[in-house]
Amino acid sequence: MPINIKELNTKFKYEVMKEPGGENLLKCFGCGTCTASCPVREIDEQFNPRKIIRMTILGMKEVVLKSDFVWLCTACYMCQERCPQDVMITELMNAIKNVAVKEGIVHPSYIAQVDALNQFSRLYEIGEFENKKRSKLGLPTLETKKNETFVKIMNDYVADLLNKDEGEE
Amino acid sequence: MKYAFFLGCTVPVRAQNYELSARKVSEKLGIELIDIPEFRCCGYPVKSVDFRAHLVMSTMNLALAEKKGLNITTLCNACSVTMIEANEEIKHNSNLLNEVNKELKKYDLEYNGNVEVKHFARVLYEDYGIENIKKYITRPLDKYRFAAHYGCHFIRPSVVYSEFDDPEFPVSLDRLIEVTGAVSVDYPDKQLCCGGGILGIKEDVALALSHKKLAILKDIGIDGLISICPFCSVMYESNQKKIEKTYEEELGIPVIYYTQILGLAMGFSSEDMGLKLNRVKAKKLIEAFTNEK
Repeated sequence: MPINIKELNTKFKYEVMKEPGGENLLKCFGCGTCTASCPVREIDEQFNPRKIIRMTILGMKEVVLKSDFVWLCTACYMCQERCPQDVMITELMNAIKNVAVKEGIVHPSYIAQVDALNQFSRLYEIGEFENKKRSKLGLPTLETKKNETFVKIMNDYVADLLNKDEGEE
Repeated sequence: MKYAFFLGCTVPVRAQNYELSARKVSEKLGIELIDIPEFRCCGYPVKSVDFRAHLVMSTMNLALAEKKGLNITTLCNACSVTMIEANEEIKHNSNLLNEVNKELKKYDLEYNGNVEVKHFARVLYEDYGIENIKKYITRPLDKYRFAAHYGCHFIRPSVVYSEFDDPEFPVSLDRLIEVTGAVSVDYPDKQLCCGGGILGIKEDVALALSHKKLAILKDIGIDGLISICPFCSVMYESNQKKIEKTYEEELGIPVIYYTQILGLAMGFSSEDMGLKLNRVKAKKLIEAFTNEK
């Protein structure tokens, strides 16, 4: 893919570096140990940490944020362990995702998870059915109602994503 | 020995065999697990969308344990790492601790950094100790060969785990398997990720990752893959049928929680350890350790 200098956003790297985990971005010297260590890259060429880092430093904001590949990190931390420059790559991928969300770009899978958390204060519902099954096994029953504190936290931090979900319905 | 028992989201719904065996084993070993009803999601799923939201969710749970004066133990790798990371960030940054506490005040909570979070397998290895576990092994599983699956977040990132185990060549879970009398086999790609983190993003790639490990283990021939994370088990066990279909390949590899085999070696029956709840049946173990005639 040719790079068009006019389309580069030189401020993008600073946006990423402002997010927790993005601080060490510029330490990268492009050795590619991350890409060689990445189990996802081995299966799907679309995901290539070195390339994502390079494009971020160059300022290819649109391409980086709008592509699927930023969401493909499994967070196995292999790249981060082996990085000779302490770029904290797994955390960096997270920082890029956080920037994408601020720009209104979020993978639907996360909207679904946030929605579940908002409904149940957990990823999965625990209702009467689950508690009955638990009792039968001799496990203690769990609170079925939402947790007020948790609901407030959801509203204070990820309200935008919740509204997004309502808007789609 | 006493810990606040953090179940998380997946264990109480999708890994009741894990919870059941962990509770029974703990009781026999004399490890007290205290349930805190207000515990909720650790914050892992929101880290990808908003780091600060994850920090506050994690700290909410840490604050609840601190109020009771307890350290936390979890059964899930992701819950462990999420709360450990939040805890470390906060403990080593007094500005952040103040900031987070300002936020927590809104919810009538306060956290002073006095809680430690440890995965239950780490508690067994580090706090309880292999030598002490040995005293409870009444029925060594010396006829069995298992493969350890650590799962990524049990040992990585090493920046929060450096004192515990090696990020690439760990030994803790192998030692825990060996204390049951079983063989812990060595195998290629032992540190390979289950792919769980992207199951909802790109299923075929996630399943390809799981398949890779399962195919290696099929060649080696084992009595079970030993898991300590409910989501790794979802990948290797709940999705095994789907993987078999996709790759037109029979696998039939039992995926067993560590606490289940530990319990069997401690004299519990396969019923006690919930082995019938495992999707891919560990027939050899069920037959050998059943109460029913």
